[in-house]
Amino acid sequence: MSTAGTIAINQSEIIYAPGTSDAEIEAAAIAASRRHRLLVLAWRLGILAALLSLWEGAARSGVIDAFFYSYPTAIAARLCELIVEGTDEASLWYHLWLTMEEAIIGFFTGSALGIVCGVALGRNKLAADIFAPYIKTLNAIPRVVLAPIFILLLGFGLWSKVALAFVMVFFVVFSNAFQGVREADRAMIANAQILGAKPWAVTTAVIIPSAMSWIFASLHISFSFAIVGAIVGEFVGARYGIGFLIQEARGVHDTAAMYAAIVLIVIVVLTAEWVMTRIENRLARWRPPPTQGH
Amino acid sequence: MSDTPAIELINVSRRFLSPDGHAFSTLKDFSLTVRRGEFVALVGPTGCGKSTTLNLITGLGHPSSGQVKVFGKPVSGIDPRIGFTFQADALFPWRNVIDNVVAGPLFRGRAKAEAYDKARDWLARVGLAKFERHYPHQLSGGMKKRVALAQTFINNPEILLMDEPFSALDVQTRVLMHEELLRLWSETGAAVVFVTHDLEEAIGLADTVYVLTTRPATIKSVHRIDIPRPRIISEVRYDETFIAISRRIWADLKEEVEAGTLAAA
Repeated sequence: MSTAGTIAINQSEIIYAPGTSDAEIEAAAIAASRRHRLLVLAWRLGILAALLSLWEGAARSGVIDAFFYSYPTAIAARLCELIVEGTDEASLWYHLWLTMEEAIIGFFTGSALGIVCGVALGRNKLAADIFAPYIKTLNAIPRVVLAPIFILLLGFGLWSKVALAFVMVFFVVFSNAFQGVREADRAMIANAQILGAKPWAVTTAVIIPSAMSWIFASLHISFSFAIVGAIVGEFVGARYGIGFLIQEARGVHDTAAMYAAIVLIVIVVLTAEWVMTRIENRLARWRPPPTQGH
Repeated sequence: MSDTPAIELINVSRRFLSPDGHAFSTLKDFSLTVRRGEFVALVGPTGCGKSTTLNLITGLGHPSSGQVKVFGKPVSGIDPRIGFTFQADALFPWRNVIDNVVAGPLFRGRAKAEAYDKARDWLARVGLAKFERHYPHQLSGGMKKRVALAQTFINNPEILLMDEPFSALDVQTRVLMHEELLRLWSETGAAVVFVTHDLEEAIGLADTVYVLTTRPATIKSVHRIDIPRPRIISEVRYDETFIAISRRIWADLKEEVEAGTLAAA
């Protein structure tokens, strides 16, 4: 998550000659941090180029089987082709949008209900004790085994995948919200009560804000879980979507298309991650900046 | 009416259950009376049950036996006339300074504009008018305590409970905060119960100092502090009376601290 721009440089071992002005020291520090950023960027690009050319070279020279492993230029070409021509069923954008729609609906409903249930049970010890074994049991079900059941219940369309994305997200957000509520500072709660807060005001003014960092931590991973739910649902039974596209490409041994679909999903998840970090940073302006270790 | 004491604890005991199921007492036959406008300090060995006393007065904790009265009425729930300053940092870190100070009036259903005007007034009184928009993490320890004081005083408490509020501050800041507290207190005339393990702090601030025994806490001795007000904390500690009182109380306290250390060992 941290970008090269935020990494602090340890200046302590630099000893300046007596009489060096503050401006000179500042300029030197800025130059040093700039050099560091460029160095990191150069290494990153270098490693990427090395890996891609190694893959390309190995596939073309026959060290690895290009039929199974494909290679970067073939994948890029296939991706362009998919973007321009789509598949027999629909355009690439329609497949992508459908998968996104399933994941997004599942993500929002799952996290909303997860937060509500987590906060409610976190605030109510009796209910939490009563429901604990049920929640543990439900949580023990590997989510993907539900895919065929949801398809049976809800059909091949949108809603069976939404349901799967929902259950993928719900438990993660629920348990983090629950834990976040439990960890809320006792002194802070007592302070609010003595200042005059009624139970509902304690929940909205103290409990939820202090559980927010826990909740956000779960939302970060939850979006990729929602995508997993949508795609697995599509593997099991669908007519459109990225999961369907991968499944179909496998049927005709079109490995380049399979990798192209993966690249597409990775881009989507990284974008979602970036958006979420932006939102979190906006909401968490009150938080002290993280201390930098060396 | 006005001669009913602000706080009465009558033969109060408080038992807790330890995690392994054993009952233990933190307070035993504890009696304490605080007059209106009186500044009381409780000193005692660490962990002797000083904070428990405060919890009983707020209504956040209940006595196992005995009676706790606030303005002549048994405590049931949190009394709106009570203000509390915590040892730990209990400000809401996600709210800026003014939103922290305004919390009390808004929780109590005051109009927004009125509440913010009042909050600005209190921030000015604690010298933080320029820091309205800062978040707690951007403030020093002393400034945070000033915000906490403004947050408490804005509700016009008639009883002020303070649980080692300045123990985390450095010595110089602590003295400044003592003077700040005495100034604010003298303007309100609230009854104060100030819990501390710092003897000089207790003597410098209070009208009456109660020395507590080690657990289960009872009152070992009561000392009236006849140092005239207004007091200047930074100078009062060199006063003859101060030193004499200090010596006398320390003799009492020392026995209990030693007893506590022996019991722990």
